[in-house]
Amino acid sequence: MPDTGAAIKPKIKRAASAGAPLFTGPNWDFGGLRKVHDAIERIAVDELGLDTYPLQIEVITSEQMLDAYASAGLPLMYGHWSFGKHFAYHETLYRRGLAGLAYEIVINSNPVICYIMEENSMTMQTLVIAHAGFGHNHFFKNNYFYRQWTDADGIMDYLSFARDYVAKCEEKYGYEAVETILDAGHALKDHGVNRYAHRSRPNLAEERRRASDRAAYEEAAFNDLWRTVPTPEKDEDEAEDDDKRQGMKRKLGLPEENLLYFIEKRAPRLEDWQRELIRIVRHVSQYFYPQRQTQVMNEGCATFCHYEIMNRLHDRGFITEGAMLEFLHSHSSVVFQPGFDDPRYGGLNPYALGFSMMSDIKRICTNPTDEDREWFADIAGNQDPYGVLRHAWANYRDESFILQYMSPEIIRRFRLFHINDDSSKPSLRVEAIHDDLGYRRIRSALSRQYDLSRREPDIQVVDVDLTGDRCLVLAHYVHDGVLLEEKSCRSVLRHTAVLWGYAVKLLEIEAATDKVLKTYEAGDAK
Amino acid sequence: MNVVDRRQNPKGKSLSNRQRFLERARSEVKGAVQEALRKRKVADVEHGEKIAIPTRGIIEPVFHHSRRTGRTDHVVPGNKEYVRGDEIPRPQGGGDGGGRDGSPDGSGDDAFEFTLTKEEFLDMFFEDLELPDLVKKSLKDTTAVDLQRAGYTVTGSPSNLSVPRTMRQSMARRISLKRPKLGELQALREELEKAKARGAEEEVERLTLLLERSERRSKIIPYIDPLDVRYRRFERVPKPNTEAVMFCLMDVSGSMTEAMKDLAKRFFMLLHVFLIRRYRHVDVVFIRHTSTAEEVDEETFFYSRETGGTVVSTALEKMMEIARARYSTDRWNIYGAQASDGDNYGADSSRCVSLLGGEVLPLCQYFAYVEVGDGTGGSLTGLSRDSDLWRAYSEVAPAHPHFAMRRVGDPAQIFSVFHELFSKGGVRA
Repeated sequence: MPDTGAAIKPKIKRAASAGAPLFTGPNWDFGGLRKVHDAIERIAVDELGLDTYPLQIEVITSEQMLDAYASAGLPLMYGHWSFGKHFAYHETLYRRGLAGLAYEIVINSNPVICYIMEENSMTMQTLVIAHAGFGHNHFFKNNYFYRQWTDADGIMDYLSFARDYVAKCEEKYGYEAVETILDAGHALKDHGVNRYAHRSRPNLAEERRRASDRAAYEEAAFNDLWRTVPTPEKDEDEAEDDDKRQGMKRKLGLPEENLLYFIEKRAPRLEDWQRELIRIVRHVSQYFYPQRQTQVMNEGCATFCHYEIMNRLHDRGFITEGAMLEFLHSHSSVVFQPGFDDPRYGGLNPYALGFSMMSDIKRICTNPTDEDREWFADIAGNQDPYGVLRHAWANYRDESFILQYMSPEIIRRFRLFHINDDSSKPSLRVEAIHDDLGYRRIRSALSRQYDLSRREPDIQVVDVDLTGDRCLVLAHYVHDGVLLEEKSCRSVLRHTAVLWGYAVKLLEIEAATDKVLKTYEAGDAK
Repeated sequence: MNVVDRRQNPKGKSLSNRQRFLERARSEVKGAVQEALRKRKVADVEHGEKIAIPTRGIIEPVFHHSRRTGRTDHVVPGNKEYVRGDEIPRPQGGGDGGGRDGSPDGSGDDAFEFTLTKEEFLDMFFEDLELPDLVKKSLKDTTAVDLQRAGYTVTGSPSNLSVPRTMRQSMARRISLKRPKLGELQALREELEKAKARGAEEEVERLTLLLERSERRSKIIPYIDPLDVRYRRFERVPKPNTEAVMFCLMDVSGSMTEAMKDLAKRFFMLLHVFLIRRYRHVDVVFIRHTSTAEEVDEETFFYSRETGGTVVSTALEKMMEIARARYSTDRWNIYGAQASDGDNYGADSSRCVSLLGGEVLPLCQYFAYVEVGDGTGGSLTGLSRDSDLWRAYSEVAPAHPHFAMRRVGDPAQIFSVFHELFSKGGVRA
């Protein structure tokens, strides 16, 4: 009776692997969400060792999802026409069926807020909870970048303050006046972030102590011989002038790469409320700064987590075969990477790259090849994949993560190749492909590609003549001859001039030689 | 973990931002709406429209690198045939590794596409249109008045009695004249009872005196005095009368081909949408005619078929009849719109002229005549000769500035003609 045997076998297996499915069928309910969450939490915490903020799941409709899209995914946002523009754009795509909506949006706050759509099936809700509720959540809480730059506890309060403040200003000073400032602020928002933490200002006692230390050192190290060393003669006036200029620059904290910060603090003609508006734009921009640098890692972490969790749920019989197939279908379309010549190609898919690299780390830790032992001697075969991954999630950003962990295996699998585009030559040149000579070059080139400070123009405030014509001088340091796009540069400068109140000049300076390649000027506001 | 059901929360949080966006792109959107209208059927006029506007004006500029300068490196997936050192011809437009998608903040000059809702669409279209002189006439010979609240008075009808105000007056008077309160009297009485029970003679005497005085006082000072009574006062203010009626006259005779009827219907449909959107109190009267005229409802007017001869004057007579019966000129502004192919029963045209010039036009605020062609010409000049009615009406036109005539040859012109006829400040023939 072979039939009976076949029928009994799975039953036994089920029993051994503990459990009836948590849900059957596509419909979800609140009790089901809770059960699924608890099952996922056990796996995530006990087995993957994830450490997360408390989770708040909010169920919304597709229209509300569209709303959330429009305001950069944040539940509260001040009013501005550009959000309306994004809304109109997404709405059209969605209504015409050209684009689906995201299944979820997750907000880096404490507790982490995870929006899920009511249209999702129960399988998708499970996937979303695993992906956003645990994957993204762990990343938000542990990555050093987020810990340093974003204040998860305060963001909601700040956004609600910002919304109310902007509304109040609109009422008081007129909608157009506010819009002008916000437009200009938005144009500079990518240059309104602090890339490094500022040194904290020493207090008075500290300052005194350091001054006396310095005096003591000078006394101890006094040597009369120095007086006799000849120094090059300098024109008195010029030297004094130069000193003055340097002193002024130092006082203003120049050069300064946070343009919005500089304008907020130093622009001569701004009113207090205008400064506050700029500050709001700056803070929101700063909040998104880590997300822009950790796209691959963030999505990779979430995708890797949901994949692990869903597989374990399935192994234990918590989800049905049907649900597993639905999940796999959605998962494989998320991590799909078309080749460069595919019409669907739109750059490297961060989900695909992140997920593959993290799965590969797991493989290297548990089942390494000789190549892996050579490339990753420290982690190959250590049998602690989750420990290694948790370390990576906590201490890297995209650029450093790729530089550290991209394996030849991944380069081969994606068939990555490196091309050099020299605008002075008629054709592109392939510099490296997936072979022994090319692995390292591709790895470092790809890592540079994810380096935000290379992707974005390096623009700084270098000088301002506050005692003269008050012209603000910006410098764009040109690397590898890549200049700014002219049209957008001119319009951003016009916006900058509105904020500054006086003329603004931008010099394109070749970083290697200090040669000025090009000069833009934007007019005096008055 | 918390699960919060936010589905009941208000949606449309982006609505105000959307409005701001439309406001900002107003001129572009308006142009696009006009463009879109040229292409669409009037029956669809009640739907939203996908429109594309140039990105100029709604661009959000940021500093970014030019793609055409310097040396850049790209790492790209999906290598099939290349080996190190290969030269690849530069792809046209965009970069190879850049990965450009049509993002909304893209810096290209491409058009920005989005969908307007029905309301937004129609608002844009009807924005600078109006019925000419809607208010003016009524102000001139106004008879309607409106009652408006204007404070209080001491005389009036009981129905206008203002209880709160009366009570307030009464209370002020009672307090100022120190009328004893009910509770105080009650307390005095109780105290007196107690005193009596105790047998304190002196106390009893004192309290009795006090009580008597208080009771007398409360009798002398009434709770509500006629002095307190206040009535709500109303003032009669002349009301600008904006009640209007639009007569839609259409020829449905046999000489009208289906295409012409369609054109005429489109015109009226647009007019109808315009009226019901813009004016809350506009009555619309539909009159269709062959050799006889009849008043019909909206449904019949637009959708039912009819054939027969053509006597235009019947429609004008019908209009006058209805106007006299139901729409007196002192209360109503009267507008007329007539659509016809211009054919008329030979001897009737002169009658039309006298009717129109002598009766209809003096009564009307504005009268528009739209002559529909067979559409083969495709342009205004396509109508080869002036029709009977056109010639007849042309005689009337110069003497009456509030009479306009237009020709429509094909559906594409409907919107522009409509716009001309009803634009603010009005173009007159």
